[in-house]
Amino acid sequence: MDVNKTVGQPISRLEGKLKVTGAAKYAAEYQVENLLHGYVVNSPITKGKIINIDIAKALAIPGVIDVLSHKNRTKLAWFDVQYTDMDAPPGTVFKPLHNENILYNGQPIALVVAEDFETARYASTQITFEFEQEAFETNLQNNTEKGRPAKKGFATALKPPPPPPTGDFDKAYGQAAVKVEAEFKHGTEHHNPIELFATTTVYKGKGKLTIYDKTQGTINNQLYVANIFGLHYKDVRVLAPFVGGGFGAGLRPQYQLFLCVMAALHLKRNVRVVLDRKQMFSFSHRPPAIQKMRFASDINGRMTALGHSVYAETSNFEDYTEPTANWSHKLYPSPNTLFEHNIVPLDVYTPMDMRAPGGSTALHAIECTMDELAHKLKIDPLELRLINYSEMDPSSKKPYTSKALRECYLQAAEKFGWSNRNPEPRATMRGNKLVGYGMATGIWDAFQFPARVEAMITKDGKLVLNNATTDIGTGTLTVMTQIAADELGLSLEEVDFQYGDSKKPFSMFQGGSAITSSTGVAIVVAAKALRKKLLKKAAQMENSPFKNASDEEVIFNGGNLHLKNEPGTYVSLKNIIAFNKGKAIKTTNMGKPHMLKLRKYSLATHSASFVEVEVDQDLGTVTVTRAVTAVAAGKIINPKTAKSQISGSMIWGISKALHEETIMDDHFGKYINTNLGEYHIPVHADIGQLDVIFAEERDELINEIGTKGVGEIGLVGMPAAISNAIFNATGKRIYKLPIHFDELI
Amino acid sequence: MNNFEYRRASDTKDAINLIHQQEKSKFLAGGTNLIDLWKYNITNPTSLVDINHIAELSEIKALPDGGVRLGAGFKNADTAYHPIIEQQYPLLSKAILAGASAQIRNMASNGGNLLQRTRCYYFYDPEVPCNKRVPGSGCPAKLGYNRIHAILGTSEQCIAVFPSDMCIALAALDALVNVEGPEGKRTINFADFHRLPDDRPDLDNTLKPGELIISIDLPEKGFTTNYSYLKLRDRHSYAFALVSVATAMELDGDTIKDIRIALGGVAHKPWRSKEAEDFLIGKNASAENFSTAADLILKDAKGFGHNDFKIKLAKKAIIRNGLMALNPDTQLPGAKPSA
Repeated sequence: MDVNKTVGQPISRLEGKLKVTGAAKYAAEYQVENLLHGYVVNSPITKGKIINIDIAKALAIPGVIDVLSHKNRTKLAWFDVQYTDMDAPPGTVFKPLHNENILYNGQPIALVVAEDFETARYASTQITFEFEQEAFETNLQNNTEKGRPAKKGFATALKPPPPPPTGDFDKAYGQAAVKVEAEFKHGTEHHNPIELFATTTVYKGKGKLTIYDKTQGTINNQLYVANIFGLHYKDVRVLAPFVGGGFGAGLRPQYQLFLCVMAALHLKRNVRVVLDRKQMFSFSHRPPAIQKMRFASDINGRMTALGHSVYAETSNFEDYTEPTANWSHKLYPSPNTLFEHNIVPLDVYTPMDMRAPGGSTALHAIECTMDELAHKLKIDPLELRLINYSEMDPSSKKPYTSKALRECYLQAAEKFGWSNRNPEPRATMRGNKLVGYGMATGIWDAFQFPARVEAMITKDGKLVLNNATTDIGTGTLTVMTQIAADELGLSLEEVDFQYGDSKKPFSMFQGGSAITSSTGVAIVVAAKALRKKLLKKAAQMENSPFKNASDEEVIFNGGNLHLKNEPGTYVSLKNIIAFNKGKAIKTTNMGKPHMLKLRKYSLATHSASFVEVEVDQDLGTVTVTRAVTAVAAGKIINPKTAKSQISGSMIWGISKALHEETIMDDHFGKYINTNLGEYHIPVHADIGQLDVIFAEERDELINEIGTKGVGEIGLVGMPAAISNAIFNATGKRIYKLPIHFDELI
Repeated sequence: MNNFEYRRASDTKDAINLIHQQEKSKFLAGGTNLIDLWKYNITNPTSLVDINHIAELSEIKALPDGGVRLGAGFKNADTAYHPIIEQQYPLLSKAILAGASAQIRNMASNGGNLLQRTRCYYFYDPEVPCNKRVPGSGCPAKLGYNRIHAILGTSEQCIAVFPSDMCIALAALDALVNVEGPEGKRTINFADFHRLPDDRPDLDNTLKPGELIISIDLPEKGFTTNYSYLKLRDRHSYAFALVSVATAMELDGDTIKDIRIALGGVAHKPWRSKEAEDFLIGKNASAENFSTAADLILKDAKGFGHNDFKIKLAKKAIIRNGLMALNPDTQLPGAKPSA
């Protein structure tokens, strides 16, 4: 019998209407009785001590309830470990309002609580601080001599240091026939989801809190709050049913959560704290990096040496790293390699994962260096990648569970028309515009986290699932509903996936493109257990035709349980539940990666991006007129939401290549373009034709559903492809991001 | 944001009276710049006089001398799309539509456009010195990050740039600004309306305290045949000009009879050079002549490091926009360079 399949169908996101009609509620939108509003005061100095705080004037303003600072804060947990969240790098976690020390510019130093937001914001300007300032360092370039490898810790599992050297790099590089040495610089970027970070804390009394929070991890923040404020974790409920973008900024609890909860507990009131856009630049960010590349090949283009040294910013209190030097050898075989990742502690807040952390930084440098090498070798850039194509992972010497990168290259090149590329730079004109083609490879992880799912059939025959994950706008609700519907042979309307709530069974934070594989696998495992239970119950019914049927001999479809060989013999799920006296049949199960099996393999998603740019020959203005990205990421559950992920990240790549940068003024040690008028991300007018291809990639090894995740891979290759296209158009290679058009005149 | 008193003015006299009744009082039109500055505590008026409901300010009408009067309260978007403006002053229409975003243009008034403050990062941050915000406190831009700053007419005290697009076209068109204050009415030549920073960078323009812009008069000559507005910026919309050029020409065959070249993004006010315009009159409208004119316009230009590129860019932009003005069909939406 034909079973309805929703997996693989381009289903529109199920919550889309709620979002576009404004019915979806975000953390700052929950209407709560007798709500107080907090406004955060941020440090105007970069390093030093608070000597004195005068809050008298602020307190005298009608409507101001209190001003909390390190002087009068509530008693808090003492040990660092109690502040540590699931994504904390090794080091000493930042503790808001802990003491008088200022560690970075914009550090939260007080919270004004008032009857309304504007009063709180105004009162924040009426507080007088006295500071003792100390010298600080915020410039990466000037401090590379402080670079050192990062300490290892819990986070190292997901972010391993680069592999040790192989062969004799210095000798091989020294003797190589063809080589390229180049240094690449990346600016700081801030995540800037459109939804501002916000927390609404409902004070329920007796140490119980319900918290609406902007986060990518409900349980992560639940445990953080419980540990710091000494509450029982069951008394802290964190809800995030809708999240207006995260991009990594919500992987760690942000300071508005801490301050909001502290105020609620201190005042025994409901409190909301919303950051404003300027404050969105006062915490995590993608670190600036300097990458020194030394690649060499023989005269036929076979790589003989890969050298990649990274200097990246971290704070003076945590050792943040992102895998950066690790990637080139996962793509290209080379007998001699030398990789290092150095962190440079500066007086800034700790950087944090931002969409494709490390990967997007690294692949820009790697793929621009490969392009320069191809130019020197007079080999087509795509041909050079194919010459060095590896079916296995050269850095670990393990086979990939699957790798359809070759298909990505070939399908995207065909769609793009790569064969029309003129290899001669600055040789193709279209009116006033120089035209250039560029391409680059992308590679990213294929993570899976453990996850638990509760699944039940209710008395109306519906499937209800529970998991604590968020949906940060990626389509999680929709793809989980699809996976579950197919497992029980139900329509999408008959499935209710409930999420965004720390009370629900475990999910890690939503990051690393991992949630489809994590919660998705847990759904499959739970559905299997649920089918067994349903069959067992059906077999107990009077005159049941299922008495001796095994799991393999039955099929779930259309809300019924059928005998496979006699599809006409069936019982409805409703009747099974009725037989169970109307009580839902439920199960809770864990899905987890098959570590033993997967240890023998390397896991990755791949992509290939091809880009056309037009550069004005006199004025330098750059337009990405069209781009094609082909992605190999295992099974695509929903081609529509997946395509949105890829085209969205291609736009992110355009932003990273041409627009986005937070500017640090090293004299003040602070960021200066902290608003969306001056922190440029692309507008519609900046975006040309974008095409997305999903290369067929069957992966029966990686997990039960064959998925790898699509949240980040679409970004990774784009900045280098754009940069390489600009070289092809103009003959100029710009070794920094973003590329400003005036650098091309 | 501090508490404030809000009053709605019924006519211009009422508005001018109300503004004088309280210190730290401000007119409110579109509010697109004022509210931003207020939220970040850069300005903190204690009283607002809402001028959005004054009929006289919301007019656009033909003048007996063939010109057009733009009400100060008329919205930027309504101005740009008004048939009279599209037909008689296409340069102004193009320049307005190159500015801000559709949403902001819908709210922003013509008078307010003239009064918008600089986008200098340091001006917008009350935690750092700025001579424009706090006279005498210093100018961190000169040694700081000055990619968006001025190359012409700067002073020791200030290198900020006036950010308007609309005003660059108004400068090219020799508009007049009609204002009214406690001492009566007067008319200011557009070239004299904005000022250079000199030693008073806190003053953006020559309005006297309490004066209200009533209208802007456009002279009859609209340069409908040869005109172009070119805006160069880091993204194609919702970004301020790094360099912009408004060019309006009257030709006799290939010979320039009259020409106006106004630059934006380079100075504390829309920048024109009589010397350069005089040089071009009677000459062929050629790239070579525009290049020589550009050298005249930019002869005193001075960069501060990050903005050095503007000198080279401005020259190329003047040349390109001169050529675009010869054939206005080459202009693209968003005042992008010709294809």
